[in-house]
Amino acid sequence: MTSLAGITEGNVPRFVRGTRLQYDRVREQWFVQAPERAFLADAVAAEILQLVNGKHSLGQIIDQLTEKFSAPRDVIVQDVLSMTQELADKQVLLLA
Amino acid sequence: MTTSGAPKAPAPMSLLAELTHRCPLQCPYCSNPLQLDPRAGELDTQTWMRVLDEAAAMGILQIHFSGGEPMARPDLADLVRHAVSLGLYTNLITSGVLLNADTLKRLSEAGLDHIQLSFQDADAQEGERIGGMAGAHAKKLEAARLIVEDGLPLTLNFVIHRQNAERVPAMLDLAEQLGARRVEIAHTQYYGWGLLNRDALLPDRAQLEATEKAVAEARTRFGNRIAIDFVTPDYYAERPKPCMGGWGQRFLNISPSGKVLPCHAAESIPGLTFPSVTEHSLDSIWQDSPLFNLYRGTDWMPEPCQSCAFKEDDRGGCRCQALALAGNADATDPVCHRAPAHERVEQAITERPITPPAFQYRRYSNAV
Repeated sequence: MTSLAGITEGNVPRFVRGTRLQYDRVREQWFVQAPERAFLADAVAAEILQLVNGKHSLGQIIDQLTEKFSAPRDVIVQDVLSMTQELADKQVLLLA
Repeated sequence: MTTSGAPKAPAPMSLLAELTHRCPLQCPYCSNPLQLDPRAGELDTQTWMRVLDEAAAMGILQIHFSGGEPMARPDLADLVRHAVSLGLYTNLITSGVLLNADTLKRLSEAGLDHIQLSFQDADAQEGERIGGMAGAHAKKLEAARLIVEDGLPLTLNFVIHRQNAERVPAMLDLAEQLGARRVEIAHTQYYGWGLLNRDALLPDRAQLEATEKAVAEARTRFGNRIAIDFVTPDYYAERPKPCMGGWGQRFLNISPSGKVLPCHAAESIPGLTFPSVTEHSLDSIWQDSPLFNLYRGTDWMPEPCQSCAFKEDDRGGCRCQALALAGNADATDPVCHRAPAHERVEQAITERPITPPAFQYRRYSNAV
């Protein structure tokens, strides 16, 4: 399975202007900074978002995470595509 | 300034930096205190820079540059640049009337993350009457155009009251037309200037419900394209709001002269000492000052709050509203239906005159 509700592994995600991932050294947690709110990025979201640079495709991000966590690629695909959809809905990520 | 034995407070999330109380507009619901700080007492650039350093080190994530009109400060872009260099998320809260291509370019190049632009109405003539500034509406429309053209994310802010509530659908349309990414439909909160003008501003229940319906319809229409933040007028709420997420829990406010406050309106509470960044570090004020520890947590609460199942949710409501309506900042927020002074809220609603009285505009000459 390589697509979910229109998202495919070929899509290249980038942060919408005015949003970014930020490591909070005081709380020792990752946050997504967005207009008028900062919300906690859970462990899965933080791993994915650290690889979002406007150049890597979702497929490449999935490959990197599969290698890093020695996990079945199918599982990573699910995590990445559903998280990407959620963050696109929240106006955090844009997909090219 | 120490409170021994108190558990360490959580790090604050956001800082509202009121750079100045000067503003070309004179909105009768302004969140500034009735006693406005004069220009001569404003903090200088170097002090604000040091405050920003301290804020970032404490764990503050977002800084909201506000006022008055923060664009009246010539050092705004320098402060934004410094905040950005510290990793702070920078938000500008502006009326837009001083914004032009040059001033916007300086802010954008400094790394500003987001702009919240206020409109007083969707209708130009009414908006200018409410804000008390002729020619403001066209300047705001041009400001929105420039912001969207630059690519900066834009939030439109509308403060709602009985004299503009019927045009909430037009406000939502305007946000869409102008390319805003977010829109705030925020009913007036009744402190300071808003309280002074309450009879001229408080909507009736039918007006409130019409605004709720308009927002629900727009949410369906906008989907994920435009987020809507709706702030209810708490006089009509069942339970009080957890004001500022709790006193000294997430938020702090710095006034133009450097006083550090748990909320915009805290200076209305008599008998308190407001510590200043000119005398203490921001962290020591947040952790140790008597002011920030006064209503922190739940130990200070009276009944019926103390034995209430919701005390961690609403944190006893708003201290400034308790003072304004019950005459005592230690009381249960009278918005709560269980509060001894709840009748004051019902009275304000039932005694509201049919014809709104004239505005008492927010200006230095009307300041107390």
